[in-house]
Amino acid sequence: MNVLRTFETALRGIGAHRLRSVLTTLGILFGVAAVISTVGIGQASSDTVNSRIASLGTNELTISGGSSLSGGVRGGQGSVATLTMNDVKGLSNRLDAPDISAVAPANQSSATVVNGSLNTTTTVVGSSDAWLDANNKTLANGSFFTSGNVTKHALVAVLGSTTATTLRASVGSMVTLASTPFTVVGVLQSSGGSGFSNQDDQVIIPITTQQDLIAGQGKIQRIVLTSTSAATLGSAYAEANQLLLQTHHITDSTAADFSIVSQSTFISTAQSVTNTLTLLLASIAAISLLVGGIGVMNIMLVTVTERTREIGLRKALGAKPGDILRQFLIEASTLSLIGGILGVAVAFGVGVIAPRVTSIGVDITLVPVVIAVVVAAGVGLIFGVYPAARAARLTPIEALRAE
Amino acid sequence: MSDVLLQMSGVSKVYGRGEAEVRALDGVDLVVSQGEFVAVMGASGSGKSTLMNIVGCLDVPTSGDYWFAGELVSRMTEERLAQVRNRSIGFVFQQFNLLASLTAWRNVELPLLYRHGGERKERAVSALAHVGLQDRVQHRPAQLSGGQQQRVAIARALVTDPELILADEPTGNLDSVSSQEILATLTELHRNGRTIVLITHDAAVASVATRRLGMRDGRIIDEAVAA
Repeated sequence: MNVLRTFETALRGIGAHRLRSVLTTLGILFGVAAVISTVGIGQASSDTVNSRIASLGTNELTISGGSSLSGGVRGGQGSVATLTMNDVKGLSNRLDAPDISAVAPANQSSATVVNGSLNTTTTVVGSSDAWLDANNKTLANGSFFTSGNVTKHALVAVLGSTTATTLRASVGSMVTLASTPFTVVGVLQSSGGSGFSNQDDQVIIPITTQQDLIAGQGKIQRIVLTSTSAATLGSAYAEANQLLLQTHHITDSTAADFSIVSQSTFISTAQSVTNTLTLLLASIAAISLLVGGIGVMNIMLVTVTERTREIGLRKALGAKPGDILRQFLIEASTLSLIGGILGVAVAFGVGVIAPRVTSIGVDITLVPVVIAVVVAAGVGLIFGVYPAARAARLTPIEALRAE
Repeated sequence: MSDVLLQMSGVSKVYGRGEAEVRALDGVDLVVSQGEFVAVMGASGSGKSTLMNIVGCLDVPTSGDYWFAGELVSRMTEERLAQVRNRSIGFVFQQFNLLASLTAWRNVELPLLYRHGGERKERAVSALAHVGLQDRVQHRPAQLSGGQQQRVAIARALVTDPELILADEPTGNLDSVSSQEILATLTELHRNGRTIVLITHDAAVASVATRRLGMRDGRIIDEAVAA
């Protein structure tokens, strides 16, 4: 029996049991749709994370102080203040660090800011007048505080755009922070961030004032700096590392009491997190595909048992064991293949509907589609082997005698 | 004397072993020539179904030799047996054994699917016309009477133009009118030169054959040639 006729026979076998075929197909359909959609969601969220991180600035470096070590337990980076204003000055020296364009200290803490009857809990950053440049930020209104304000421990504040809106504060308003009144001198331009690290929800005050009120004298948690361009980020990194090792008198770079991270470090970390999540989701989806395959096997076994007489008749009429084997194998893999193709259609449907109904993006790419369909047909083939072999082994006499 | 189509010498078939051993056929010698219409009669358990399975190349004997069209069946592989069944034998069963999901002509076409050659529909339709069902080509078995279903089965047996028609209780599930029609069809096939082996427990059915064999306890016990 040639392949074309076998296909014809297999398709007629599927058509003769429509409800059962549809139910079998559903198992594969959802498996394939799940695999493609989860990989698509993973792809989309990875893209989103990358673009958000990139919008934070690609020429920025953040230096954190050393970590505490007590009883063999290492604390977080910056838990010991090893950075000083001296380091900030050293890094600002254009001769020693030609690729660094702006340097600013940054002490971060959370505090409640009050304006009349309105209040909000936000991030308070203590920094110098170089903060604006070192963070690639611009002002919407007013001016940034000056180096004079910093030396004089002035009670002035610059608000992020979201914070200003929340507090209904503008340039000239008086806000209370840590029971101390501050004059708002400027409001930042919105940088469009969102979520837990909202760049528009923060208050920047002189570092000296911040140390007086919150952090304690002379303490600097972090230093932020920008390189002259994205291309010089690498050399800026090297210069900063070299300078700090020198001023901290450290010869072994592995024993450094500080660490420098760039946004690219964040990007790779975030990417590995999303990749892990995608892998996790895709494996769960793959299990559902496997379950679908077992469903195919189950139905094929039922089919073989139910059609024992038909198999016996076909054998009596001259079907060879190979003909029967092929018929059932093709039937099983055709069912799975149809399920796979419908699954792709459903996944595309999810890709169109999900972003409109929820905030979840789905990027469907060719590779997972092809893999899922091939795997689906393969699953049918593999799980069809056992039932098909059972069918092929039946002797015509016994098969004909079956009820 | 015409050519010998099938020949058995000392054919035995044993099922099971030891205590449970059943000797379904016990040294059967049989020669059927081309163009003969042979009826094998016997009560249930006489071994006639086993004989039919071996004659129809559905099973091979435990011992003894069986030649079909000059070829020793006892030594055939499963593949070769399937090929002989497909090319040389047309089966007519008591239960008709039509596939309910297929139309009449698709059922008749079945044996042609397992061999080379085209014009399957033409051949199936002409076989149906041969048994008088030219206007039932697109009907499904459920839409046909018992007699018509059995005629579809005869058409399926004829479509490959086999050397032997093997009918196992072909009228067992039919009323007397339909039975007469089927037997008339078989008689006509014989008149046109077809070799037929008919298995039945009914002497009236066997009477249409030109040669009658009786079976008991796995042996052929008597032979009567019709006038």
